[in-house]
Amino acid sequence: MRDLAQLAQRQPPRLTDTTLRDGSHAMRHQYTRQQVQQIAQALDAAGVPVIEVSHGDGLGGSSIQYGFSREPELALIEAAASVVQRARIAALLLPGIGTRRELKEAVARGVSVLRIATMCTEADISEQHFGMAKEMGLEAVGFLMMAHMRPPEVLVEQALLMQRYGADCVYVVDSAGALLPHEVYARVRALKEALEIQVGFHAHNNLGLAIGNTLAALAAGADQIDGTLRGFGAGAGNAATEVLVAVLEKAGLSTGIDLFKIMEAAEFVLAPIMPRQPVIDRDALIIGYAGVYSTFLLHAKRISQQLGIDPAKVLMELGRRQAVAGQEDWIWRVAAELAAQEEAL
Amino acid sequence: MNGKNNKMDKIKVAIIGPGNIGTDLMYKICNNSGYMELSLMVGIYPDSPGLARARELGIDTSHEGIQAILEDPEIRLVFDATSAKAHVRHAPLLREAGKIAIDLTPAARGPYVVPPVNLGAHLEADNVNLITCGGQATIPMVYAVHRVHPVQYAEIVSTVASRSAGPGTRQNIDEFTFTTARGLEAIGGAQQGKALIILNPAEPPILMTNTVYVMPEVASLDQLDQEAIVASIRQMEAQVQTYVPGYRLKADPLFDMLETPWGRRVVITCLLEVEGAGDFLPRYAGNLDIMTAAAWQVGNLFARELLKREGALV
Repeated sequence: MRDLAQLAQRQPPRLTDTTLRDGSHAMRHQYTRQQVQQIAQALDAAGVPVIEVSHGDGLGGSSIQYGFSREPELALIEAAASVVQRARIAALLLPGIGTRRELKEAVARGVSVLRIATMCTEADISEQHFGMAKEMGLEAVGFLMMAHMRPPEVLVEQALLMQRYGADCVYVVDSAGALLPHEVYARVRALKEALEIQVGFHAHNNLGLAIGNTLAALAAGADQIDGTLRGFGAGAGNAATEVLVAVLEKAGLSTGIDLFKIMEAAEFVLAPIMPRQPVIDRDALIIGYAGVYSTFLLHAKRISQQLGIDPAKVLMELGRRQAVAGQEDWIWRVAAELAAQEEAL
Repeated sequence: MNGKNNKMDKIKVAIIGPGNIGTDLMYKICNNSGYMELSLMVGIYPDSPGLARARELGIDTSHEGIQAILEDPEIRLVFDATSAKAHVRHAPLLREAGKIAIDLTPAARGPYVVPPVNLGAHLEADNVNLITCGGQATIPMVYAVHRVHPVQYAEIVSTVASRSAGPGTRQNIDEFTFTTARGLEAIGGAQQGKALIILNPAEPPILMTNTVYVMPEVASLDQLDQEAIVASIRQMEAQVQTYVPGYRLKADPLFDMLETPWGRRVVITCLLEVEGAGDFLPRYAGNLDIMTAAAWQVGNLFARELLKREGALV
């Protein structure tokens, strides 16, 4: 805890707001150009340095598997890029879903930070994408997803691969919102000690720890952190950007973001268009408890309702089977199997 | 000398790439050679375990890459189980040397072949491509719908065990998605295709699973002959099972209505599972089995064709 009390002595972290990417899940990928412009403009005016815009599952994510975007994500990226004055626009890319083709298109529309995400054991599928990002002069950030599934030493090994491919920063990504503060601390610390590049942390709030875990990451030396306005993201959402700004200010760390402007962006720009406020309801809590990809929440609720079974059972079983990011089709498989079993009883 | 297992009635074949796929294919040909005789396996590492296994089976090996194959005029058919990048280099060399290439990488230099759809279609070609494991597993299902009702869009998700994805797949994951998507269009018949691949590191390793979403060109369920589509899909499943016994639908296809960029559309979902034969790789690696089993089918047909042309077979 000594590190936490000494936060004020460290360099302030860089904050990336991903309301327009992680929030795309909570929005069921229905953002319009106009909404994207309003949100990007408000974030930019508050001084947020990096704004991520993509389909929730990254470039190329619009699909039957993950849900179609209401408007093409490239148009949304272009819309955001056209209104910001200071902020840089980031996009997410999951190798296996998005390709270098979508990456080029995104860069042509204003993306200058690329975040490349893999399962935390599969960093070696990202070499092509880091290579192209660096060739194109982008800032390249690695995302090791579902970081609760492996111990710090495995994450270090994988982060070193991304560093070798050209990453400027590697994030510990708590995709399931399943990590406890000491586990976040151990992972971020291990990466800080092993890497020459920056380290980041991305939180989900399924266990109510998004802000606390982000503080633990900062105490361990994280250089970059993520937030979404009102915590608007997959599962029970993320660390709320406006709360992070307030908390860090009280801890003596200036993010360079104007607290009152960011609170107003959350309250008056995002909140009126949110279809729901992510909360820790039973199913979101199960996601954190069982270590399931946060994005499965809304899909599991819908499919379970369709088949007349309890989503809690489906989510527990997905956790037992160690499903990873992107495996939304397994929700159907598991739900259908459980429904058949219940019928047989 | 008589009988079709007589060496004079066989075509000499070679394998480039003694990794997981090349080694599995080697065991398949050794267990059942058909019209083929595996005479050479080449790699680039002297201490390759795959080359050691080949030597144990009495097969000649070389660790100097493709050269040994180019220098042997008796070798007529060459299976390339390296990577897309390497095959781009190998393809012209094999052509100049007058050898037929059966490409197991997603390099896509030659026309695509998916055995239950177009096995005999390109016997004149000097290079045929087997797309990807995900393509081999899912394109038959898209075609099974397409032959009953034209398909507007097909999307597939292949999930494979991390342990079954070798360095070739990992370094060329974009080629996997491009080539599979193109295969869904060219062979599956979809106007537009999209492919997703997921690696799952669970222990014990998972079986390869494939989800195939097919969107026919209709706006409502009553415009479709659902019974005919299900029958066509089941027939296709049986056809794939003749060479990949562990290929199966987890359930009858689901018919559903979805909002899509084309409006409200019917989407047919097939949930597939592929269990490997376990020739060399463990049974979870159905993704590799379906690729090597397809390569065996295509190689054997080419070998028979060459023998026929030369009058060794009628």
